[in-house]
Amino acid sequence: MEKSLMKGNEALAEAAIRAGCKCFFGYPITPQTELSAYMAKRMEKAGGVFLQAESEIAAINMVLGAASTGVRAMTSSSSPGVSLKAEGISYMAGSDLPGLIINVQRGGPGLGSIQPAQSDYYQATHAMGHGDFHILVFAPCSVQEMVDTVMLAFDKADQYRIPAMILADGLLGQMMEPVTFPEPRTTLPDKSDWAACGHGNQREHHIINSLFLDAPLLEQKVQERFQRYAIIEANETDAELYQCEDAEIVVTAYGASARVAKSAVTAARQKGIKAGLFRPKTLWPFPKKELCEATKHASQILDVEMSMGQMIDDVRLATSCRLPVTFFGRTGGVIPTPAEVLTEIEKLTGGAA
Amino acid sequence: MQYAGIRVPGKVIVFLLHFCAGCGIMNLYVISGGHMPFVHTLGKESKTAMKKITIITGHYGSGKTNLAVNLALSLANAGEKVTVVDFDIVNPYFRTADFAKLFADRGITLAASMYANTSLDIPAISFDMERMAYEPGYLIVDVGGDDAGAIGLGRYAEGFSAYVPDQLDMWYVVNRYRYLTEQPDETLSLMRDIEAVSRMRHTGIVNNSNLGRETTAQTILRALPYGEEVAAQADLPLVYNTYPKDLTLEVPQGLAVERYVRAVWEQ
Repeated sequence: MEKSLMKGNEALAEAAIRAGCKCFFGYPITPQTELSAYMAKRMEKAGGVFLQAESEIAAINMVLGAASTGVRAMTSSSSPGVSLKAEGISYMAGSDLPGLIINVQRGGPGLGSIQPAQSDYYQATHAMGHGDFHILVFAPCSVQEMVDTVMLAFDKADQYRIPAMILADGLLGQMMEPVTFPEPRTTLPDKSDWAACGHGNQREHHIINSLFLDAPLLEQKVQERFQRYAIIEANETDAELYQCEDAEIVVTAYGASARVAKSAVTAARQKGIKAGLFRPKTLWPFPKKELCEATKHASQILDVEMSMGQMIDDVRLATSCRLPVTFFGRTGGVIPTPAEVLTEIEKLTGGAA
Repeated sequence: MQYAGIRVPGKVIVFLLHFCAGCGIMNLYVISGGHMPFVHTLGKESKTAMKKITIITGHYGSGKTNLAVNLALSLANAGEKVTVVDFDIVNPYFRTADFAKLFADRGITLAASMYANTSLDIPAISFDMERMAYEPGYLIVDVGGDDAGAIGLGRYAEGFSAYVPDQLDMWYVVNRYRYLTEQPDETLSLMRDIEAVSRMRHTGIVNNSNLGRETTAQTILRALPYGEEVAAQADLPLVYNTYPKDLTLEVPQGLAVERYVRAVWEQ
């Protein structure tokens, strides 16, 4: 199929339509707005529903409702808007509902800035709402990978009946890159064993609910859910390892900052420094065994993020604090440059051997 | 809201009086300065075919900004005075204002909204483009963000009419590889939307088909019939077929361009 040039936000939207998403509910926010705008133009032609909700809270609850009927549904926003969706995401997790939430991150806290940031890592991976639960969190780093990840996220969300999030950022959302789209999905998973899609007096009601009047029953539900999480953790991790085979220093970074870090690693190699890049493509589950493999020969790790350092905790836990982990990051909407990261690598390694 | 007008010799000035219920303030907007009494003429023979004012429109991703930067630099290299206008009320960042340093180094004036690349995300134009049109030198106007972005241009339609057709060009930039504009009729429908909101007519088509850093000679050659077809259907001349400077290509109306718009990790 021929390549075309797409803005990241538009590519996310087109990929969702091709993944069989039938309902988009959202509320505009920079730097994510092109996604909603694209959906507004295209969703109706694609036989789906686009609805600009009165708020982010309304939008996520519409996703909950649509997902309950078994259709593929999604919402998208940027950091402050995603905070508003937290309650609804928890309700979806508590109701075992699949669905896609896209966060095109911007600087925070508060209204923050509209420039790219990665400071919602903790929120996405550790506390995307109240209660004992997890959601799938994907971290693509190019417009093409965003397209592929939308397809994957819908599939995995359906497979495990769990909400999925794509944690992008303003840089990925606003940039233009060539992409190839997969063919639209024609067959989607059958959800007739649980979805509230009309019983026609032929079967019992399917009840979609996160409220339990009996505490031991809720405990049992949560424990069953965690057994599913264990299967996900065992099977669904993914990461890119770049020049890690003999790396003495491994740079860990995801999303847009991984693109910056990769340029720095390439430049370091040209200077004779044995540097590698570890880029998690799934943030929950975090690719622990992949990171251990990537750092087999390393003596240290440099974690690079567009935040004050959040993923660094998972990096330390995954490697059981076996290696020293140094942090370099810019925050508030400032993007680190390859030159800055290279300087850090040189500082830590003392330059070429 | 009410309109008021005053007539002074040679000029009609239209005001818009708007009472803002939110803050209780009566706002006065000058909508139009009427026709321009003075038509600027170029001081010397231009080394390029460019007119005094070149307005560049197109779908985002068509490569307007990269074209604007290339045109501005070639004029500056020829010793001409150039002002580039970042006329973008849509995109929060990745816009012409990103080239402030390059322009400053090459003596090119940049006019951008004071809010460009800040977190104040409002569709604002905080400079006086009509004044710039009176001043000597070339004016290149990079109109960002589709037809929604071109709405602001309508504000200047009447003022700029004094420059049409001898001293103003409005070029529609097309990219065959831009999703949803791959068919000539799709891209022409956006062109007409831009004309409707800007109340101005295009004078030429620039075929800027590219795939960013993945552009090859094949990319360019395959898009040549597309440019011709768009121009024919639009009934407008095909001004340029652009191609990357590092490719040695012979194309009709060829314009070799450098890729200045790059991702942070390519810099």
